[in-house]
Amino acid sequence: MSKKIYERPIIRPLNTGMMNKFGTRTEYLPVTHLDGVSVKSLIKQYGSPLFVFSERQMRENIRNAKRTFETRYPKVQFAWSYKTNYLNAICNVFHQEGSWAEVVSRFEYDKALSNGVPGDKILFNGPDKTDDDLRLAIKNNSPIHIDHLDELYRLTEIATELNVKPRVAIRVNMDTGIYPMWDRFGFNYETGQAWDAINKILASGKLDLVGLHTHIGTYMLTPSAYGVAANKMADLALGIKKKFEATIQYIDMGGGFASQNTLKGSYLKGSDVVPAINEYAEVICTALLNAGFKNNELPTLYLETGRALIDNAGFLLGTVIANKRLSDGRKATILDFGVNILFTAFWYDHKISPAQEFGMHTEDTVLYGPLCMNIDVIRENISLPPLNAGDQVVVHHTGAYTITQSMQFISMRPAVVMIDETGKPHVIKKKETLKDLEMNEKMPEHLHQFKLT
Amino acid sequence: MKIRKNIAVSDTGFLFNPSTGDSYSVNPIGMDIVRLMKQNKELNEIKQAIMSEYVCDEATFEKDYYDFSMVLRNYKLLEDE
Ligand SMILES: Cc1ncc(COP(=O)(O)O)c(C=O)c1O
Repeated sequence: MSKKIYERPIIRPLNTGMMNKFGTRTEYLPVTHLDGVSVKSLIKQYGSPLFVFSERQMRENIRNAKRTFETRYPKVQFAWSYKTNYLNAICNVFHQEGSWAEVVSRFEYDKALSNGVPGDKILFNGPDKTDDDLRLAIKNNSPIHIDHLDELYRLTEIATELNVKPRVAIRVNMDTGIYPMWDRFGFNYETGQAWDAINKILASGKLDLVGLHTHIGTYMLTPSAYGVAANKMADLALGIKKKFEATIQYIDMGGGFASQNTLKGSYLKGSDVVPAINEYAEVICTALLNAGFKNNELPTLYLETGRALIDNAGFLLGTVIANKRLSDGRKATILDFGVNILFTAFWYDHKISPAQEFGMHTEDTVLYGPLCMNIDVIRENISLPPLNAGDQVVVHHTGAYTITQSMQFISMRPAVVMIDETGKPHVIKKKETLKDLEMNEKMPEHLHQFKLT
Repeated sequence: MKIRKNIAVSDTGFLFNPSTGDSYSVNPIGMDIVRLMKQNKELNEIKQAIMSEYVCDEATFEKDYYDFSMVLRNYKLLEDE
C-alpha cells in the first residue's frame, strides 16, 4: 500500500457566527502557473523572491481601458504615469499601446525621453521643477503642468527671457465630496485660485494655456467624484472660452482609478467593491459631453491612469523560510520577502496564494518578512493551508508602486521578470548585487585601513 | 500530554468540546493524532503510527506534533498537568 501525502496537523475553531459569507476558499486556491509558466521553474531559474509581470495582462488592461473610454468619448489620450512603475520595459509596453508619458520629476522626464517618447508627448507634472527642468521642457515643447504661483511666475520669467511661449496647463484641486481632499497640489477651484491663475496666464499672454489638469486622489472608490471633477474642469474651460475666446485643447483627469486590491480594515474584498473602469468612464465622459462645449471645441480627454492598469499584472513570488508559534498561540510564517520590497503591504491586505496543491484545511497565520524589525508584517491575519519551509507563495496585485517604492534594506532587491505574450520569460531587471549597492560610495583616504586585535 | 476525556471526535473531521460548546475543524492527520491521543498513546507510538501511514520524516513530525499540542493546549483541549 502506498503511503499518503503528509500535511502538517492543523485545528481551527469554527465560529459559525463569524463566517465570511463569501467564503475564503478562493484565497488559498493554489496558483501553480503564471501565464502558463510554472512558479517553481521561475523561482528555480531566477531566484526567490521574484517579481513577475504579465505582458498579456498589461496589454489587456490598457486596451480595455482605451476601448471603454473611446466608445464613450471621441478624443481620448492615455499617458503612462511613470511613478507607478517606471521599469523601462513596462513603460514601453504602454508606449507600444499608444500611451504618452506622465512624469513628476526630472529623472522620470529623462527616462521618458530616452525611452523614445517625443517631448511634446511627455506631460510634466509635480511641484518640484527646477529652472533647468523648465528650460528643457520648453525646448522639447512638453506640456508643463503648473503646480503653484511661484512656478507660474518663474516660468513666465523664463519664457520672457527665451522669448518663447511654453505650452502649459494648470493643476486644479477641488472638493469632489471625497475626504481627504487633495488640496496641496495645484490651484483650488472653490476659492477662485484656479480662475485667478488662469486669468494671470491669459492676461500676460506669455504662456500658451493648452490644458487643465487635475488628479483628485488615488484608489478612488467613488466614481461620482470624477463626475463632479469633470464638471468643474469643464466649467473652467467654458469660462475661458467666454471671457478670452480661447479654446482649451485638453482636460487631464489624472489617475486614481482603484485597482482590485483590498484596503486594510475593509470587510469586503477589493474585487467585490472596486468599481469597473466603465463606471469611471461613464461619469467622466457624460459630464464632459453634456457640459456645453461646441462639437468642434470638445477638449481631448487625457488620462494618467496608473495602478488600475498595472496592479493585477504584477506578482511577487516568494518562499517560506520557517514557521513559528507566537506566545499568544497564533501561527506565524516567515517569508523571504519583506516590506522593503512590498511597501504596499502597509495599506493593502494583499491576496496571497500557495504555489502548490493542498488539502481542504487552513489555519490562521501571521505572515512576516525576513527583516529584523517589528514593522515587517506582510499580512496580519490570513487563512492559509499549512505551509512548510521551502514552500512557495504568490502575492497578487503587486504591479503598482512596489518596484518604484522598494528599497534595499537588509536584503537586496530581487530580479524582475516579464512573461511575454507567447509565455516566454524575460529578465527586465537583474537582481541587485553588493556592487550595485556600493556603486556610489566613496571611502575617505584615512579610512582605508584598520587593524583589529 | 493527554487530551481531555470528554472531547468528542467525529468521523468527518470535527472536534467538539462539550464543556465549552466550542467546535473545531481538524485535518485528517490532526484527526489521526487526536484519536491516538485519546487512546493514551505517547509521542513515540503516535510517531510510528503516523509514519507508517504518511510520507514523512521523524524530525518534521516531531516538530509539527509539538506545535500541534501547543495549539490544543491553547484551545484548552488538553488535560491540565
Ligand atoms: C499627477 C498624478 N497623475 C497620475 C497618478 C497615478 O495615479 P493612480 O496610480 O492612482 O492611477 C498620480 C499618482 O499619485 C499622480 O500624482
